[in-house]
Amino acid sequence: MKTLLIELRRAATATLILSLVCCGLYPLLVWGVAQAAFPAAANGSLIRDPDGAVRGSTLLAQGFSAPGYFHPRPSAAGASGYDATSSGGSNLGPTSQKLADAIRDRVAAYRAENGLKPSDPVPADAVTASGSGLDPHISPRNAALQAPRVAAARRLPLKELERLIQRHTHAPDLGLLGDPSVNLMTLNRALDSAPAR
Amino acid sequence: MQSRDWLQLLLYVAILAAITKPIGLYLVQVLDAKGRTWLDPIVSPLERLTYRILGIDPTQGQTWREYTRGMLLLSVVSCLFTYALLRLQHLLPLNPQGLGPLSPDLAFNTAVSFTTNTNWQSYGGEGTMSYLSQMLALSLHNFTSAAVGIGIAAALVRGISQHANPRLGNFWVDLVRTTYYLLLPACTLFALVLVSQGMIQNFAPYTKARLIEPMTVQVEKKNDKGETLLGTDGKPLLEAQTITEQVIAQGPMASQVAIKMLGTNGGGYANANAAHPYENPTPLSNFLQMLSIFAIGSGLTYYLGRTTGNQAHGWSVWAAMMALFVAGAVVCWGAEAGGTPGTQAMGLASADGNMEGKEVRFGIFNSALFATSTTAASCGAVNAMHDSFTPLGGLVPLFNIELGEVVVGGVGAGLYGMLVFVILAVFIAGLMVGRTPEYLGKKIGAYEVKMSMLALLILTLSILGFTAWAAASPWGIAGLNNPGPHGLSEMLYAFSSATGNNGSAFAGLTTNTPWYNVTLGIAMLVGRFLMIVPIMAIAGSLAMKRLAPASAGTFPVSGGTFILLLIGTVVLIGALNFLPALALGPVVEHFLAGQGRLY
Repeated sequence: MKTLLIELRRAATATLILSLVCCGLYPLLVWGVAQAAFPAAANGSLIRDPDGAVRGSTLLAQGFSAPGYFHPRPSAAGASGYDATSSGGSNLGPTSQKLADAIRDRVAAYRAENGLKPSDPVPADAVTASGSGLDPHISPRNAALQAPRVAAARRLPLKELERLIQRHTHAPDLGLLGDPSVNLMTLNRALDSAPAR
Repeated sequence: MQSRDWLQLLLYVAILAAITKPIGLYLVQVLDAKGRTWLDPIVSPLERLTYRILGIDPTQGQTWREYTRGMLLLSVVSCLFTYALLRLQHLLPLNPQGLGPLSPDLAFNTAVSFTTNTNWQSYGGEGTMSYLSQMLALSLHNFTSAAVGIGIAAALVRGISQHANPRLGNFWVDLVRTTYYLLLPACTLFALVLVSQGMIQNFAPYTKARLIEPMTVQVEKKNDKGETLLGTDGKPLLEAQTITEQVIAQGPMASQVAIKMLGTNGGGYANANAAHPYENPTPLSNFLQMLSIFAIGSGLTYYLGRTTGNQAHGWSVWAAMMALFVAGAVVCWGAEAGGTPGTQAMGLASADGNMEGKEVRFGIFNSALFATSTTAASCGAVNAMHDSFTPLGGLVPLFNIELGEVVVGGVGAGLYGMLVFVILAVFIAGLMVGRTPEYLGKKIGAYEVKMSMLALLILTLSILGFTAWAAASPWGIAGLNNPGPHGLSEMLYAFSSATGNNGSAFAGLTTNTPWYNVTLGIAMLVGRFLMIVPIMAIAGSLAMKRLAPASAGTFPVSGGTFILLLIGTVVLIGALNFLPALALGPVVEHFLAGQGRLY
């Protein structure tokens, strides 16, 4: 009984000591170094106007729908989508009627928006919700198919837009890891700062 | 299935093979109270101070009962500590969003979940937990539950390697040394690498961003009392609403994610876990996170070989694990790359595969590989939504968990789980040749086999029993996100994940209800502690045995025959236990999906 009490006190003391070290010193140390070495990343890779106003993050998608912007993947984050306080996917499975209906509607809308023929295959990423609901990337083919629409709306030559897409494409890391992806946030931001013709 | 992806798989396995020995050698020093590491000058003063405050003599070994008692007491005390913090969240500091307290059942579920290294998320991450809750209430267990797992594995290995000596090491020493010499330094480094890739680490309140293009959405129309208005057809009325702001969740994420991955905890900082772009910003951060899931577990197989003086045995266990892992990864990847017949009929590019619930930067391959490794280990972090996987793609993570997460497995838990299968494998081999089974010079008796079976059967009973109960109860059905056979898979996955202390989910299932929170909590406790206690009993029994000299009839525990026998034992026991249930869930769904059936 006496050893039990000693061990119980040990358990309580260990909980407190480890709390202090692992949950106090350690995160503060990481915080200090991260803020000094990588301040932009550590604070969310925020996009700011010249006056400092925050307009979003290069890592978090927003729900663009105007023809002059590249459109993100569908989002299931939060009630209205692209909610950066409520990340998540649809969690609908492969035999879900709800998912099939949603995809069918999105395919039709995507073809109509981008002037595709009814037989043209649609990039899967363009009509499926991402895991986070905040995926800031689209596939290069999705970007290429949207480019003529954006070019028309902005009165930009298609060639220039293709160069811009190229510049905002993230190649596989180390030439090997992951799939190539186009960052829609930085791309759309660049469109807004591109000189109008 | 592109060639680049095959190269990635090869690179992944090659790097794991390369780090196994250095990590194993480091573990030998960490798990020896008199071990020496290059961190001694910095860490050992802190270590000695901790022993002094705890009143421990680090040279004093404990019997299996004493070791287990210390482990259980720490678990109980720290679990209550977390429960209290979560219930009092609204009164505590570091809560810039003013988030309220958790309900009693959710706080119970979450406290148990983190204590047992499960990290099941009935809660919503950024929408539920204050910075203090994330950093202290949850992260504390990320460290301690990982250290406990490693300690138990070490105690079992000591029991196997020593003879006629009941002392299996000191629980408190293992806890302190593992945390100070292994987890903390590795996590500090890892967290900073993750920040360099784009992960956040701050204490700022959530950022308000003015949208670049305001967003118009259709939302349900409500009256002054907040009730949804219904139209004449009984459906909710919709109204257009313009959203001009995106609120961005912030917080001390990197420090928590580093231990979440290295400690195979898996509880996401954000609701979307490692699919969230902050929580896994680049393919490189993704690759490092996948490596970190297996790093310590892989090193422990080398520790096993080194400590028992039979390095070939350690590598054979590693090889059996890797064979099972690669097989699972290739099946999952193939299924996801194939996509679903239904969506291709709708006009989706067939080469794109199944992208629902996946992120573009990871693509099909890295989502499948992550899903396989997070469930082969008891990690449970996800970078894609398993619920939206194809039937066979989702079967792989589910079956991985049901095999007992012994394919590398959780830190420590994977090794002690696999050693139970090793004992059964040598037992089966003994039956086949008609000799008393031996394992590394120890005769395996009825007691060890009984305890091994107890550890395995308790898992099966909890998984199948709770799933059956949920499937036949209104409270179980109420949580479903998908009807049809996929619904059964959701429940089966939930109780497999809880019992297996994994924590990943077919996340459509709404489990934040009192019924699910309590039953899942019990399943987690059963899966953790009713497994550990029999295993410690085996360790205690083996430690007292005398060494029997090897003879010509001794079954060797290394080499091809042993590896095949071990793989066979794992797969056979898993299949016998779970194939009937899997046939009713993912397997039948696979055939129905092929016919284009929807629910």
